[in-house]
Amino acid sequence: MTYTIKTAQNEWEIVCGLEIHCQIISKSKIFSGASTEFGDDANENVSFIDAGMPGMLPVLNKECVRQAVKTGLGLNAQINKYSVFSRKNYFYADQPNGYQITQYEYPIVGKGKVKIELSDGSSKEIGITRLHIEQDAAKSIHDLNPKKSYIDFNRAGVGLMEIVTEPDFRAPEEAGAFLKKLRSIVRYLGTCDGNMDEGSMRCDASISVRLKGEQGMRERAEIKNVNSVKFAMQAIENEAKRQIEIYEQGSTIEQQTRQFDQTTGQTKFLRLKEYADDYRYFPEPDLPPLYLTDDYIEDVKKEMVELPDAKKERFIKDFGLTAYDADILTESRQTADFFEKAAKGHDGKKVANWILGDLFANLNANKLTLEQSPITPEMIGELVDLIETNVISGKIAKDVFVYMWENPKMPSQIVEEKGLKQVTDTGAIETVIDSVLAANPDNIAAYKGGKTNLFGFFVGQVMKASKGAANPQIVNEILKKKLG
Amino acid sequence: MTELTQLTISQSLKGLKNKDFTATELTNAYLKKMESGRKYNAYVLEMPDVALKAALQADTHYANGTERALEGIPLGIKDLFCTKDIRSTACSHILDGFVPQYESTVTQNLLEQGAVFLGKLNMDEFAMGGSNETSYFKPAVNPYSTEKPLVPGGSSGGSAAAVAADMCAGATGTDTGGSIRQPAAFCGIVGIKPTYGRCSRWGIMAFASSLDQAGPMTKDVRDAALMLKIMAGYDKKDSTSAKVDVPDFEKVLGQDIKGLKIGLPAEYRPDGLNAEIEAYWDKAAEMLKSRGAEIVPISLPHTKYALPVYYIIAPAEASSNLARYDGIRYGLRVNGEKLDDLYVNTRTEGFGAEVKRRIMIGTYVLSAGYYDAYYLKAQKVRRLIKNDFEEAFKKCDLILTPTSPVSAFEIGDKSMKENPINMYLNDVFTVSVNLAGLPAMSLPIGLDKKGLPLSMQLIGKAFDEETIFKAAYALEKDAGFKRK
Repeated sequence: MTYTIKTAQNEWEIVCGLEIHCQIISKSKIFSGASTEFGDDANENVSFIDAGMPGMLPVLNKECVRQAVKTGLGLNAQINKYSVFSRKNYFYADQPNGYQITQYEYPIVGKGKVKIELSDGSSKEIGITRLHIEQDAAKSIHDLNPKKSYIDFNRAGVGLMEIVTEPDFRAPEEAGAFLKKLRSIVRYLGTCDGNMDEGSMRCDASISVRLKGEQGMRERAEIKNVNSVKFAMQAIENEAKRQIEIYEQGSTIEQQTRQFDQTTGQTKFLRLKEYADDYRYFPEPDLPPLYLTDDYIEDVKKEMVELPDAKKERFIKDFGLTAYDADILTESRQTADFFEKAAKGHDGKKVANWILGDLFANLNANKLTLEQSPITPEMIGELVDLIETNVISGKIAKDVFVYMWENPKMPSQIVEEKGLKQVTDTGAIETVIDSVLAANPDNIAAYKGGKTNLFGFFVGQVMKASKGAANPQIVNEILKKKLG
Repeated sequence: MTELTQLTISQSLKGLKNKDFTATELTNAYLKKMESGRKYNAYVLEMPDVALKAALQADTHYANGTERALEGIPLGIKDLFCTKDIRSTACSHILDGFVPQYESTVTQNLLEQGAVFLGKLNMDEFAMGGSNETSYFKPAVNPYSTEKPLVPGGSSGGSAAAVAADMCAGATGTDTGGSIRQPAAFCGIVGIKPTYGRCSRWGIMAFASSLDQAGPMTKDVRDAALMLKIMAGYDKKDSTSAKVDVPDFEKVLGQDIKGLKIGLPAEYRPDGLNAEIEAYWDKAAEMLKSRGAEIVPISLPHTKYALPVYYIIAPAEASSNLARYDGIRYGLRVNGEKLDDLYVNTRTEGFGAEVKRRIMIGTYVLSAGYYDAYYLKAQKVRRLIKNDFEEAFKKCDLILTPTSPVSAFEIGDKSMKENPINMYLNDVFTVSVNLAGLPAMSLPIGLDKKGLPLSMQLIGKAFDEETIFKAAYALEKDAGFKRK
């Protein structure tokens, strides 16, 4: 898609790259045996290693490595068989060792790519620069006491995957679509829960602008901790506008770090890059380099699940879904699984309509997730079948759905109990039609006299008399015949 | 009858087993010796209660016939080892009052074999120094001192002094650039730095992670074999510890050394080498030769770079390892207005001059713009030094050199005080071994004109401590060095 910001004088283009920190799903932290449970009491899940006690040594958690490799494969990326841990040295109260163990020159995952779909129907490939694994810092709490800060070390040492993209984003929407896609990939894989509001997925955005058609890149600003998809899009747009304003006033931008302010939607200055810390990276002497074998990587590949892109393609091909519907249905693995279960042996397209229509509407109205839905995939499948086989009409099906929502039972059972079965016996329908016609001689005369729009009236009367159970198609046919 | 404290570990074990004396008697004898030897300032923490309690337990084991390999043997522990519920400070002000809630793997191994811990031993602050003068607790004194107090060497100076003065049956030391071997040499005892990875570093306060190794310091070669066997072994908590079996080092003692090839490196005989040391070196070679060993000239061409390489790599790692001592979680805290002030105040007051010097050097060599010229270059040369040894060991089985170019000097020596380089030069024969990760032992060979011990160093192939023990045992017999 083309997205530019037009001002009175110029047309500007955004150049943006993202850096996303994903907390790795694993029972224990990346270099210690401590638990990673979220929401436990402060400083409950802290080992001597996490607290940076003297003489403590890190031991790499194999599960975190596996999760990173899996994610790398999900990003269609190169898995590096040789990677090295490094120390990033800096002092801060929430960094117990005075350094963070991370990967620097030799990350575990190299270049990859992710496809995103945009609202105008186009799609785009976003380049992944790298993915590396590292440890999370503790959490500083500044608002409990006016004079003191507190530190919760529960988060210290939790495994992180840092995913860095190429500066491929040209529109806020692209960044938003990417974040959603990435979130969906890690959730499919079970490598990160992707909850941006809980901080288990955190995003920094690197933003610069340039005139449309201009080559090369201008100075950029790095926006820290943009913790929702919406905020990321907002931050990119507002930061780009801020930079454009400065350029158009004839000033220049200095490379800097900024923070997104959720209340104003604007970014605010944090520090200039030229004063940035020198992290004095060097290889972590407490951990040998990490070597992965081809067999190991093959083994992880076997554990890979079908990812959203592949699933979407299959849904379109196998069920004849539109790209739009397939997109929504594959955004989460739960929805996709629900759909697939419901569609098994039934008309997939119709199943999709019920899920995306009535089911989602009811879930939303009741603030329920799919997992909490009273209606099962099997119910939807059977409902579609009942319509297909003319057991009930589409209209009655809507009523059945409401009964199902309130009192979850299989639709066939509801139809049976409530006597909603459609009448397809032409003899029985003819009897009803005959009584309706007998009761309305004036209208017959009027119809025959040219008031053909009275046809609908007769249909309505027949349906009413049959309590909606008559098959409308058969009613139409017989009526037409009788009225000539 | 000889005093109990004059017995070696193996002699003591025999006596205990024979019920010639009890563990309590033995421990009491050492406690008395410690009291009378306080002028040596070898212990920074005496723990008579803990020791006697352990001795009592040992006596029960002997009574029950369930005694273990080191049952009832009173040892001194270098203050660099974290000992559970016992103050451990690395002889630094910054760890004031620090009492670990965990036991280092090496000391745990000793405890599990029934060892009795007498107290914590003096050392250079964070093992940085070669004279014990950087200790926050003031230097230990060499028991060979006559008029003026002499240094015991360092950093394991307290360990060497305590063993030499019979204030413990044996001691633990650590060696990063010679910290076991040089003090052992100065105090006329045996000390071995095993192959890197032989002993777990877990629970030992890190100085330079890629160089640090623990080892025993003992009255004779047999005791060193006995203690090392217990201290060593793979530890899953230390990712750099080696998954290799620990041989019974004692078994090789007394084995024939006929045909053993002993290399004498030309580079260790610089112009101006102390004539007495040179003479003892030749004499030691002669002793081995007379037992059928073959003396071969070898070359270690990169020897001259070892010292500068060491004084880049060790401080680089130290600058990062010591970042955790920040006043936030344990040890000394000197408050300040802001977080940075707290760091500066705590570290200014908490660290001594030598530690600060090395943190500064280390920070410098890792800084952006200097990293390639110093740290990276040093790593490359380290590789060359390692290659030198690999080449040399194609021609010989062991390398024989002096341990130190000097014997013990006076505490407060002016030239070394004025220029730290002069102090660093004392490590010239020992640092290469750490850079190459090899095992090496220092054992006393005789006295110089001043009546001070001079010692030889035997360097072995990686994980071939056995050959060192075999040759050292022979050399010990032939040299007939009498401990003071």
